[in-house]
Amino acid sequence: MVFARASSPHEHSALSTRQVMQYVLLATLPGLVALTWNFGWGTVINILLASTVAVGTEAAIVALRKRPVLFYLQDCSALVTAVLLGLALPPLAPWWLTVIGTLFAIGIAKHLYGGLGFNPFNPAMVGYVVLLISFPVPMTTWITPRDLLPAGVHLPDLWQSLQIVFPILGAPGQAVDAITGATPLDAFKHHTGLLVEQIYAAEPLFSRAEIVSYGWEWVNLGFLAGGVWLIYKKVFTWHAPVAMLLGLTLMAALFYDGGSSTSGGSPIMHLLSGATMLGAFFIVTDPVTSATSARGRLVYGASIGILVYIIRVWGNYPDAVAFAVLLMNFAAPLIDNYTLPRTYGHSKARKATEKKP
Amino acid sequence: MSDVSYREITSNGLWSNNPALVQMLGLCPLLAVSGSVVNAMGLGLATLLVLAGSNLVVSLIRRQVSDAVRIPVFVMIIATFTTCTELLMKAYTYELYQILGIFIPLIVTNCTILGRAEAFASKNRVPAALVDGIMMGAGFGAVLVVVGAIREIIGSGTLFANMNLLFGPVAADWKLELFGDGHGLLLAILPPGAFIVVGFLIAIKNSIDDVIATRRAARAAPVEKVSRRVRTTGTIS
Repeated sequence: MVFARASSPHEHSALSTRQVMQYVLLATLPGLVALTWNFGWGTVINILLASTVAVGTEAAIVALRKRPVLFYLQDCSALVTAVLLGLALPPLAPWWLTVIGTLFAIGIAKHLYGGLGFNPFNPAMVGYVVLLISFPVPMTTWITPRDLLPAGVHLPDLWQSLQIVFPILGAPGQAVDAITGATPLDAFKHHTGLLVEQIYAAEPLFSRAEIVSYGWEWVNLGFLAGGVWLIYKKVFTWHAPVAMLLGLTLMAALFYDGGSSTSGGSPIMHLLSGATMLGAFFIVTDPVTSATSARGRLVYGASIGILVYIIRVWGNYPDAVAFAVLLMNFAAPLIDNYTLPRTYGHSKARKATEKKP
Repeated sequence: MSDVSYREITSNGLWSNNPALVQMLGLCPLLAVSGSVVNAMGLGLATLLVLAGSNLVVSLIRRQVSDAVRIPVFVMIIATFTTCTELLMKAYTYELYQILGIFIPLIVTNCTILGRAEAFASKNRVPAALVDGIMMGAGFGAVLVVVGAIREIIGSGTLFANMNLLFGPVAADWKLELFGDGHGLLLAILPPGAFIVVGFLIAIKNSIDDVIATRRAARAAPVEKVSRRVRTTGTIS
């Protein structure tokens, strides 16, 4: 038996930006698989297209700024932005939607502010919100999960999906309209005046689900698994995601009111529908745009969770992770100001703006 | 300051001290109504009229009004011209007046106008003040129209739509359809689009200024190569 002895120090060096980004990319896989299983090839096409555009844009802008192109491409941060945007966009979205969103995310939200590390807003979410505000119709056209499609209708195969995304490849054999449908959050929002039980009974999205919302629960569990792995790998700390999920759960529990017709929906539905887990583990944890200290991240995450609930239930949009994240990105510097950690040897923490004595 | 050249006043108003791009005054109407060329042009002309009129009158009374009460007097003059403009627009371009709505009376609060009255008209002779008002107004209006054109193209895919509201029936068919209706980037019509477009315009203007400055520096007489005695003590000035 070989008894290898390693000399101290045994501690590994901190993760490089490139490693962090690669771990994040890997961690999106379970969620991506669940999305592809339920909604077809659309998300994969979104991601590939967004990645191509993102890397191209990043290279062009870095070259324009007279900085080393390869060095900046190697940190994979543009890829992460592209993958997150591709995961968030509706599957089978037309190609120009993805392209415009990615151009906006990399060009305006990231590089106009100075590139990686200087952007005050999460680039993927800026791209998403720009698209949601500018093109509400294609952005709210979601696919019905595979097993809930009416008899005789199938999800398009890879070639048909490509034809739907890129109409230049020829007319797809199948109309997209036949396979589109509401998301669970949509369905819940639009059944006003019904008891929660009645909504669940009326919608196969709820009644045929294993836990609460058909298809989406597995997508969210996939992102949860990826996120937990990232925490285990110490890519980010638990504070922001756990605080966000707790904030959302708390709000949902407070306003569930036993499932009456004015109920906001059960906590478990809010946790396993929409972009909750993607947001909690992949968006809220962005080290650049979130608050910095552990205490700050608790405040930041919890505020996002509460905002998500408020916009979902009392706002106009069915899902709200992107809006909530952007709003709190605004607030992150303020949170940082009030949550400066106590320096060792000092009796209490300072505020960042406090004058030195 | 009575020896200001008209050429300098003109270049100040249109470019080097442009109210919208350099002084960044009057951004509220600039961002709010520049969703299309016709709105932008309407507000630009109205502002031009008020600016020229107020500059003229402020310059006329500059020796009669004491320093202590000058600001209220300026505001009264500006408000008078704004009301006149409002009535004119009501009479001749009623539909445009309705579209622009509150932003016509709000010209009173446009900082460009009070700024020019205070900084220029109250210290200069009448002709110079009038030219300054016209040029500043033209510079502001030009930026408005450019922003309006960019936002109209990106946001609704048209250019010069509804120009008949401003120029009468002659302009009814000036509208250019650049790409199909309903495919515009809605963001460009919304306020964030205005901020982004104005930001890009300012960046373009600054980079043009940079190019001009480097060219001018290069064209300036090259340094003469004369031998200088090397000094070993003290500093070479």
